[in-house]
Amino acid sequence: MKRRTFIGILAGAGASLATGTAGAAGNHHFTGYPDSYGVLFDSTKCIGCRKCEAACNAVNELPKPELPFDDLSVLEKRRRTHHDTFTVVNKYEYNGKPVFRKIQCNHCQEPACASACFVGAFKKEPTGAVSYDASRCVGCRYCMIACPFEIPTYEYHDPITPRVRKCTMCQPRILEGKLPGCVEACPKGALVFGHRDELLQIARERIRKHPELYVNHIYGEQEMGGTNWLYISGVPFEILGMREDLGITPAPQLTTGALSVVPAVVGLWPMFLTGAYAITKRKEKIAAEERAHAVQKAVAEAEAEAAKKLAAALEKAEREKQAAIDREVKKALKEAEEARKKAEAASEGEE
Amino acid sequence: MAHVATPSKKFWTPANIITAIILVIGLVLTVKRFSMGIGAVSNLSDDNPWGIWIGFDLLCGVALAAGGYTTTAAVYLFGMKKYHSAVRPAITTAFLGYAFVVFALLYDLGRYYRLPYPLTIYPGPTSFLFEVGLCVALYLTVLAIEFSPFLWEVLGWAKIRHLVHKLTLALTIFGVILSTLHQSSLGGLYLIAPSKLHPLWYSIYLPLFFFLSSIPAGLSMVILEGTLSHKYLNHKMDEEHHHGFSPVVLGFSKAASVVLFAYFCMKWIGVAMDNNWSHLGTGWGLWFLVEVLGFVLLPCILYAVAAREKNERVAFYASIMTVAGIILNRLNVSIIAFNWRLPAEARYFPSLEEFLITVFIVTLEITVLRICLNKLPILHQHPQFRDAH
Ligand code: SF4
Ligand code: SF4
Repeated sequence: MKRRTFIGILAGAGASLATGTAGAAGNHHFTGYPDSYGVLFDSTKCIGCRKCEAACNAVNELPKPELPFDDLSVLEKRRRTHHDTFTVVNKYEYNGKPVFRKIQCNHCQEPACASACFVGAFKKEPTGAVSYDASRCVGCRYCMIACPFEIPTYEYHDPITPRVRKCTMCQPRILEGKLPGCVEACPKGALVFGHRDELLQIARERIRKHPELYVNHIYGEQEMGGTNWLYISGVPFEILGMREDLGITPAPQLTTGALSVVPAVVGLWPMFLTGAYAITKRKEKIAAEERAHAVQKAVAEAEAEAAKKLAAALEKAEREKQAAIDREVKKALKEAEEARKKAEAASEGEE
Repeated sequence: MAHVATPSKKFWTPANIITAIILVIGLVLTVKRFSMGIGAVSNLSDDNPWGIWIGFDLLCGVALAAGGYTTTAAVYLFGMKKYHSAVRPAITTAFLGYAFVVFALLYDLGRYYRLPYPLTIYPGPTSFLFEVGLCVALYLTVLAIEFSPFLWEVLGWAKIRHLVHKLTLALTIFGVILSTLHQSSLGGLYLIAPSKLHPLWYSIYLPLFFFLSSIPAGLSMVILEGTLSHKYLNHKMDEEHHHGFSPVVLGFSKAASVVLFAYFCMKWIGVAMDNNWSHLGTGWGLWFLVEVLGFVLLPCILYAVAAREKNERVAFYASIMTVAGIILNRLNVSIIAFNWRLPAEARYFPSLEEFLITVFIVTLEITVLRICLNKLPILHQHPQFRDAH
C-alpha cells in the first residue's frame, strides 16, 4: 500500500475520533434531555428500613441475599453496590444521631461510564436513565475505572458471559408508566420521582422553607456536570460518604482536549518525519557529493603528481642516458686516443 | 572408523527446567481462569477493576516495547546508520512485546472473544481505550510486516523479502505515528478519573508524560537487551553486531539522557500547573520524589556520564534504572497511587495466581524470544541478503 493511502486512512480515523467526540460526548455543555426523569433522595426522611433494597432486588430479579432485608444489622457495616445489589442504604452518624443514605447509579447527565466505554455499551436515554447493553460489552471494566461514584460492578465469577451490573433507573418500568421499584416501596417518601427540573424546584422549595433542616446544597445539580439522581440532606454530604471535591466538569470534557490532539499528530508527524528523512537524505547526498568531489580532486592531484613524477623520472632517465652516452663516448674517445698513442709508439719502435 | 562425538547439548539445563515448571503452572491457571472466571484467580474487585494484568502486562509491556519505533526512527528517518545493528533485535522485541500484550489482555477481558468489537461493529470513539485498541492493532500489524523478512530470509523467499524492504520508510513513519498515539493514550486512559488518581500523578499532561517516557524506555531496553545478548548470545553475532554495538550504547545513552531530562522537567511543570506542592510534604510526596529523583533524574545523569566518558558499564546500569523507573511509574499511575483514598482493606494487592499468570506470560515471551534469536537472522545478517538494507 502507498504510504499516502495508509496515512490517509489513519487521518480519517483521527478525524472521526475528533468529530465523534464532539458529537456524542461533546466539548459543548450537554445539559441533559429536557424532559428527562430523575429521583430526589431526602436524607432527612430516610429511616434506613431497606424497603427500597428489597424492592430493587425483587424488580430486577436478583438473587436473595444471605440475611433477609428486614435484618438491619447490615447497616453497621459500610457497603457498596454489588453485582447482585444495585442499591444499598448505609448508616452514618452526625452529632450522635444516625443518618441514612441510599446509593445507586446517579444516572449522570454526561456519564463518565458512557464516555469511557470503547464499544458504546452505555447510553444516556431520553428518559434520563443511563442504560447498559451487555450484548456489546467486551468486559474491559474501563467504565468502572471511570465512574466517579464507584457504581458499576462486575460478575467476576462468570467465565463466559460476565456482565457489568448497575441500577437501571428501572427504565423498562418507566417506559410502562410505572415508578422505579425503590421509589414505589419507600414508606417515608424519602424518594420522589419526577422530571429533573421539577425535582430541583421541589428540592429548592424544601431548603427554602426549612433552612434549619437542610444544608443549602442540592447534590447532583452540578456535580460532574449534573446527575439525574438528586440529594438533599440535613448534614454535610461529606458525612454521608459523598465526595464534595468532584467539581462540575462533565466527565467527557476531561478527555476531549487530549483526544483532539490526535488529528494533529496524524497530520503533523508525517510531515515532520518525511522532512527529517528528506534532510537526512539531503545531508547524505551532499556528503556523497562532497565525497565524490574530494575523490575527484584527490585523483586529479594524484594524477598530476604522478605525471610530474613521470616527467621527472623521464627527464632523469634522459639525463642519465645522456650522461651514460657521454660517458661512453668519452670512454670510447679515450680508448681510441690511447689506441692511437699505442699504435704511434709501436710504429716508432719499429723504425 | 573413528566415531566423532558431537558435543551433546543438554536440553534440560536449570534454566529450561524452571521455564518448563512455570509454563506448566501457567497452563493450569489458564484453564482455571477460562473455566471459572476472572474472580477465581485474581483479587480484582468492584473497587479495583484493573490490577497487574493491566498495570504491568499492558502498560509496562507497551512502554518497554517502545524500542521498536525509537530504533527504526533513529536509523531510517534520522539517518543514524551506525545504529543499524540494533534494528533487528529491536523490531523482534517490539513485535513479541505487543503480541504478548494482546495475549495477556485475553486473560483480563471478561469477554475476550469480543476483542475485535471496538474496531469493527461498535466503535466507541469518545474513549481513550478505543484509541489504544485501534493503534495497538494497527501497530502490531506494522511490526508483523517489519518482522516478516527474518522469516522470508530463512525460507529464501527473496521476492517478498525485497518487497517488504521497499516499504521500510512508510512502515517506519507509520510506526512512529501509531506509537506516539497509543503510548500517549495509555496515559490518557487515566484522564477520566481525576477523583481516583493521586494529584501528584494525575495531570492533564499524562498523555505527554507517557509518550515522553516511552522514548528512554525503548532506548534503555535496546541497551539492556543488547548488553545481555552480547554476553550470552555472542556466538550468534556477526561482525556488524559485534562492533556496531558500542556506538549504539553511547548514542542511545545520549538520547535517553536528553529525553529523560525533558521528562523530568515536564513532571515538575505538571506539579506546578495544578499547584500540588503541598502534597510533596506527605508520604505520597516522598514516594513521588523517590520516583522522580531516583528513577528519572539519577538515570538521566548516569546516562550523561556514560555518554561523556564512553562508559558502557554505566550505560548498562542507567538502562536498568530507567526500565525500573518506567515500571514504577506505570504501576504508580495504575495501581499504587490509584484509589489512594480507599480505606486500606479495600485496596488492591494482586493474588498469587495473578502474579503467576503474569510470570507465565513473561516466561512464554522470553522463551519465544530465545527461539527467535537462535533460529532467525536477527543478530546476524542472512548471507544471501547481506547488505540488502
Ligand atoms: S453514576 Fe457512574 S455508572 Fe451511573 S451514570 Fe454516572 S458514571 Fe455511569
Ligand atoms: S466493561 Fe463493557 S461496558 Fe464497561 S467499558 Fe468495557 S466494554 Fe464498556
